[in-house]
Amino acid sequence: MVVYLDHAAGSPMPASIRGAYLSALEHVGNPSSIHSAGQAARGMLEDARERLAATLGVDAVEVVLTGGGTEAVNLGVKGLFWQRQGGALTGLAASPAAGAAPDRDARPRPRILVPRAEHHATLDAVEWLAAHEGAELRWLEVDEVGALRLDDLEAALGEADNVALLTMLAANNEVGTLQPVAEAAALAAVHGIPVHVDAIAAYGQIPLEPLPPGVSAVSLSAHKIGGPVGVGALVLRRGADVVPLLHGGSQQRGRSGTMDAAGAAVFAAASDEAHAAIAERAARKAQLRDRLAAGILAALPQVGLRGAAGRAAAARAAGRDAEAAPWAARALPGTLHLTVPGAEGDSLLMLLDLAGFAVSTGSACQAGVPEPSHVLLAMGLDEQTARGALRVSLGPETTEVEVDALLAALPAAVERATSAGLAARMPTLGR
Amino acid sequence: MSGGVDSAVAAARAVDAGHDVVGVHLALSRMPGTLRTGSRGCCTIEDSLDARRAADLLGIPFYVWDFSERFRADVVDDFIAEYAAGRTPNPCMRCNERIKFAAVLEKALALGFDAVATGHYAHIVTDEQGNRELHRASDEAKDQSYVLGVLTTEQLAHAMFPLGTTPSKAVVRAEAAARGLTVAQKPDSHDICFIPDGDTRGWLAGRIEPQHGSIVDRAGIPVGEHDGATSFTVGQRRGLNLGVPAPDGRPRFVLEVRPRTNEVVVGPKEALAIRELAGARVSWAGLDPVASGLTRVTAEGDAWAPFPCEVQVRAHADPVAATARLAPSAPPAPGAAPGAAGAAGAAELVVEVDEPLFGVAPGQTAVLYSGTRVLGQCTIDRTVSAVPATAS
Repeated sequence: MVVYLDHAAGSPMPASIRGAYLSALEHVGNPSSIHSAGQAARGMLEDARERLAATLGVDAVEVVLTGGGTEAVNLGVKGLFWQRQGGALTGLAASPAAGAAPDRDARPRPRILVPRAEHHATLDAVEWLAAHEGAELRWLEVDEVGALRLDDLEAALGEADNVALLTMLAANNEVGTLQPVAEAAALAAVHGIPVHVDAIAAYGQIPLEPLPPGVSAVSLSAHKIGGPVGVGALVLRRGADVVPLLHGGSQQRGRSGTMDAAGAAVFAAASDEAHAAIAERAARKAQLRDRLAAGILAALPQVGLRGAAGRAAAARAAGRDAEAAPWAARALPGTLHLTVPGAEGDSLLMLLDLAGFAVSTGSACQAGVPEPSHVLLAMGLDEQTARGALRVSLGPETTEVEVDALLAALPAAVERATSAGLAARMPTLGR
Repeated sequence: MSGGVDSAVAAARAVDAGHDVVGVHLALSRMPGTLRTGSRGCCTIEDSLDARRAADLLGIPFYVWDFSERFRADVVDDFIAEYAAGRTPNPCMRCNERIKFAAVLEKALALGFDAVATGHYAHIVTDEQGNRELHRASDEAKDQSYVLGVLTTEQLAHAMFPLGTTPSKAVVRAEAAARGLTVAQKPDSHDICFIPDGDTRGWLAGRIEPQHGSIVDRAGIPVGEHDGATSFTVGQRRGLNLGVPAPDGRPRFVLEVRPRTNEVVVGPKEALAIRELAGARVSWAGLDPVASGLTRVTAEGDAWAPFPCEVQVRAHADPVAATARLAPSAPPAPGAAPGAAGAAGAAELVVEVDEPLFGVAPGQTAVLYSGTRVLGQCTIDRTVSAVPATAS
């Protein structure tokens, strides 16, 4: 038996959604074709677009379908950045790029405001802009649970009048802490600065509708909610334009490429299912997460629970329920992040994997070389603590039995991983 | 699992033998190359993928373990420091000693595994009393027992070499092909994995500050100049550019590198001949020669009586007959940087060879054999020339 507790990396497609995908695949035709088959495909696509738009309270025309979340984030960040340079790529002649309305105030705005604890899709995109397109990065601090510090955002907004955009997460993908999107967008709006929100970890987990005023663009991905990999969307509000990344056909606003009607349909099906009873589903996951957190705190007091969910669990364990509630309100319902002192996260992951549990260290790795999570370091943890990270993320079908099975398996894995960590620091073999 | 054919077949055989096998690839660089280039090097992302695909095919779990920091400190930095000290290290031995059968094995044992199996060509024999002995592989051309000579009894107790009794590499490749392993025809890796272009001198030049100095003969008389003593190797003939010709007009060779005085000593070829070598960093693979009945502790109790054996000083050198003994205490190694050589005062393994060895440099490892059995090893701290200095 494999207990799958890595829904934040990719949530398995439920049988009902698989059925919707199979029927959608029976449609022939390119949605851009004029003939009836094309029109039928287009109909399916636009129906999906409307349903996706409805989950965020936006118009269908504001939903640009993409080939996944990373493309959406890149289009949101780079597209807005270039648009704010008068529609020009900064290295080239300052003429408006095709497909984008010229900005009347075309002065350079190289500065990007970006929190330190963003996902790598954003980090790598803004670092590329800094290396190749003259962007200046103003890193924004996060607090000890990984939430953007609004005082630092305010300071950054007051520092310069050349800001291209603010980009931020809706919920942190590693520790699950919800971000103050509405407050940040309101602050940015005072300065007329567009805001891109990476809502990939939050979408379908918590209600995001209505989008706060001041948010220009929102990135979404299907596979985190049981949809297919390679399908995503950038919600681009009216009045916000982007310089496109892809050219060739102009099938959508700001995005070229044949539109994936079946992918859109199944994204909408998964999204509808996630949103149909979103509050009940969230409450159920939160209850299981809290059970897991309480069990860990009871059995393994040395383990640190991170993020807002961790604070809530610690307060509850100490009998301070009133203190727990506001923390819990700032957490994704299905994510629990922990650090095990003296252990390597990848040892924990391997031991749990061999015991039949799929979990994650939460952070990206390069060729299998795990780096201490930049999110945890930004939260103020030291490197050694950050190396002992483990992320457990629950899905809509996760059961109490599965959570209890993990609780039963954790102590042995923690003990072994800790002794392996000790062996690494105090070698006895070799000379 | 390096991504090569040997470790893939070793894993397959361990699975066949009924063990509970997990594939582990070692990440030894923070900045691995993307693709393998030619037959050199290893440890690229492509190699990692090859290893993963082999594990997939064998149906075993596969993980990448990060030992890049340990590898840099214990192997790469050690390699540079040894050259800087005028010695000639073998990084593959250091990797076996400090990484594969130390850091990796320790982690594995702590995580609940019993042994580390590798694709090395060497053979472990267990005697009637259950003592483990390390022996040469059946395929003498592929034998890698020399680079495993650093393993201690404890390390050997948790090592498995499933390829040790294979008659030839061709058999391993054929077996890989029959099993459908995609790496069946992958070229062997050569040279030092962290120097993928094979240019050790060029690689070192960027890491050791070269200092102008003198080339002297055995009497200490300057005969030329150099741009960095550490770029010379014992036995080297080319590139000396000596201003003063030898009295007899014959070619001269590097006999010794003295990093402390930044001198390179040259002399005739016959002066390269070594009759004795010694080192204080000694280890025994399995029962030591006393416990094996090959020698005895002397009456004074602080040394071992001379005993016959064979000694091998390079991975691909022939072993030569020798007599070894354990001497009570080692004098400080001449020319060695403080702390680089074995601790003075420790027992020293002294090996006298029956016929002269050529081009032996401090820092190399002398592995002692008794027939096919590896007895143990020492890192060479000093050598004694077969030709007295006055002879040149």
